[in-house]
Amino acid sequence: MSDTTFRHGDGAARGTPTNAPATRPDERARRQRERVRRAIRSELARDGAQSLADAARMEEDTPRPIIELEHVSLAFDRPVLHDVSFTAHERETLVVMGESGTGKSTILKLILRLLVPDAGRVLVDGADITHLTFEDALLVRETMGMVFQGAALFDSMTVFENVAYPLREHTSLSEEEVEARVREKLRFVDLDPDAVMEQLPAELSGGMKKRVGIARGLANDPLIMLYDEPTSGLDPLTTGTITRLIQKLQRELGVTSIVVSHDVRSSLRMASRILLLADTRMVFCGSPEEMTGSDDEYLREFLGGI
Amino acid sequence: MRNVFQRINETAKLHVLDAQEYFVLAWTAIRFIFARPFYAADVVQQMNAIGVQSLTIVLLTGFFTGMVLSLQSSVQMAQFGATIYIGRLVTASMIRELGPVLAGLIVAGRVGSGIAAQLGSMRVTEQIDALNTLGTDPIKKLVTPRLLAALVMLPVLTIVSDVVGILGGNVIASFYVGLPSSLYWSTVWQQIAQGGFTLRYLPNDFIQGLSKPFVFGGIIALTGCYFGLNTRGGTEGVGVATTRTVVIASIAILITDYFMTQLLLGFFAT
Repeated sequence: MSDTTFRHGDGAARGTPTNAPATRPDERARRQRERVRRAIRSELARDGAQSLADAARMEEDTPRPIIELEHVSLAFDRPVLHDVSFTAHERETLVVMGESGTGKSTILKLILRLLVPDAGRVLVDGADITHLTFEDALLVRETMGMVFQGAALFDSMTVFENVAYPLREHTSLSEEEVEARVREKLRFVDLDPDAVMEQLPAELSGGMKKRVGIARGLANDPLIMLYDEPTSGLDPLTTGTITRLIQKLQRELGVTSIVVSHDVRSSLRMASRILLLADTRMVFCGSPEEMTGSDDEYLREFLGGI
Repeated sequence: MRNVFQRINETAKLHVLDAQEYFVLAWTAIRFIFARPFYAADVVQQMNAIGVQSLTIVLLTGFFTGMVLSLQSSVQMAQFGATIYIGRLVTASMIRELGPVLAGLIVAGRVGSGIAAQLGSMRVTEQIDALNTLGTDPIKKLVTPRLLAALVMLPVLTIVSDVVGILGGNVIASFYVGLPSSLYWSTVWQQIAQGGFTLRYLPNDFIQGLSKPFVFGGIIALTGCYFGLNTRGGTEGVGVATTRTVVIASIAILITDYFMTQLLLGFFAT
C-alpha cells in the first residue's frame, strides 16, 4: 500500500464532471458495477493472482528492486512522459495501462535502453543504464526478454531458429544443448516441439506466434520479461492462455515482468501491481484490488464499469 | 517570403542530416567488417542472393548489349571500311563503361529494391527492434553482410557482363558482318594491350572497369539498407523505401561513374 501513488487531481481533471448526466450513477448501474466487481475479485482469487501478489510481498519484507524509473521525462515533438517514477521488484508483474499515446510502450523502450530520457534515471538491477554506450546497452538487453505486440518473429527463420537465436548469439552452447534448451522452452509455453520446430512463423496462428515469442524471450533465462500488448488481437480463449502463461512465468521462474496492456480484464488477473498513465503522467500505481476498489472518477471510467 | 526561405532552410538541413546518417551507417558497417562476431553464413547467403541470383539477368543484358554495340558500330564503321575494329570498340565500351554501369543499374533495380523491401518489412514488423532487444546490432547482422557480399559480387557480375558482351559482339561480327572470329579476338586483345598493364599482368582497362563496380556495390547495398532501416508508415512505407532506393542508387551510380571515369582517365593517362 505504501507504494500506491494516486493523484486524484490528475484523474479528476481528466474525468467527466460529476454533474454531467452521462456519468451520473443511478442505483441500478451502481449495483451492476458492484456485481461485476465481485465477479472479478472471485476470479482473481480463483486464479491465484492475489495469492501470488501476497506471496511475493510476504517472501521478503523489502524485495529487491529490479527496475527503477526515477523522475523520468521524455519528449519528442510533444511531451511523452513527464516525471514518471516507479519501481518493479523481484518476482513482480507490473502492468502498465493507459489510453493510446500515453507513453506505455515508451517505458519499455526506456528500460531496454532503446531510448534515453531527457531527464531522470533508469536503473536495472541497481545499475544506472541511462548513459550506457550502445555496446554496453546490448549487454544489458541480454538480461531481458521482450515479447512484441506482433510477436516480431524473424520470418526467414524457422521456429527452432527463432528460439535458438539468442542462444547461438550469446552463449557457447553446443548444437545439442541449444536444441535441448529450445525444446524445453517450447514445452514451457505449451507447444509441442516436434510439431512446430520446423515451421515458419507464417504457418503459425496468432496465439502460437505469441507463445513462440515468449519462448524466444525466455531462451536466455532472463531476469526481466517485457511484454508489449501480449493479448492484443487474440480471441478470449487465447488471451486467457497467454495470461495464464505470464502468471506461470512469475510463479515458476520468478522473473520480473513489465506488461504493457489495454486489456483490463487480463491485466487485473496477471498483475501484482498496475500502473496507470494519463496525459504523460502516472496517475495510479497500486494493486488490482486497490484499482477496482477505487472510487476515483477517471479510474472508474477507465475500468469501464468493472 | 521569410516562410519560403525558412522552409528551404529546413529542407536543406534535413537533407544534410540524411546524408550524415547515410555516411554514419556506411562507416559503421565498414567498421563492423573487422569486428567480431563474423556472420559468415549471412555473407554467403547474401552473395548467393546478390550475385548468383542476378546471374541470368546480367548474362542476358550483357550479351544483348554486346550484340547491339557490334551491330550499331558495324553500320557506322562500314562507311569508312573500318569494320575490323568492331572488336576494339566493343571491348573498350564493355570493359570500361557498359559492363560496370549496366551491371550496377541492373543490380540496383533487382537487389537494391529487394534489400530495401526486406529490411523495410523487418522494420515495420518490429523484427529490427527484436534484434536490438536480443542484444544484436542490426547494422552488424543485416548491413555488413549485404555490404560485403555486394562489394565482392558486383565486380564478379561485371566480369561476367564484360565477357558475354564481347562474346555477343563476336556473334554479330561473325554472322552478320562476316568478320572472322580470329580477327575479332585479335582486335579485342589489341585493345586490352593498348591500355597498358599494371604490375606487368593486370590490364589497365580491367582495373578501371573493376574499380567502378566495387564502388557501385557499396552504393547499392548501403542505399538499400539505409532506406530499408529508415522505413516509416507500414507497408506503404516499404513501397516508398523500395522506390527511393532504386532511384537514388541509379542516380548515384551514374554520377559516380562520371567522376570515377575522370579520375581514372587522369590517373592512367600519366
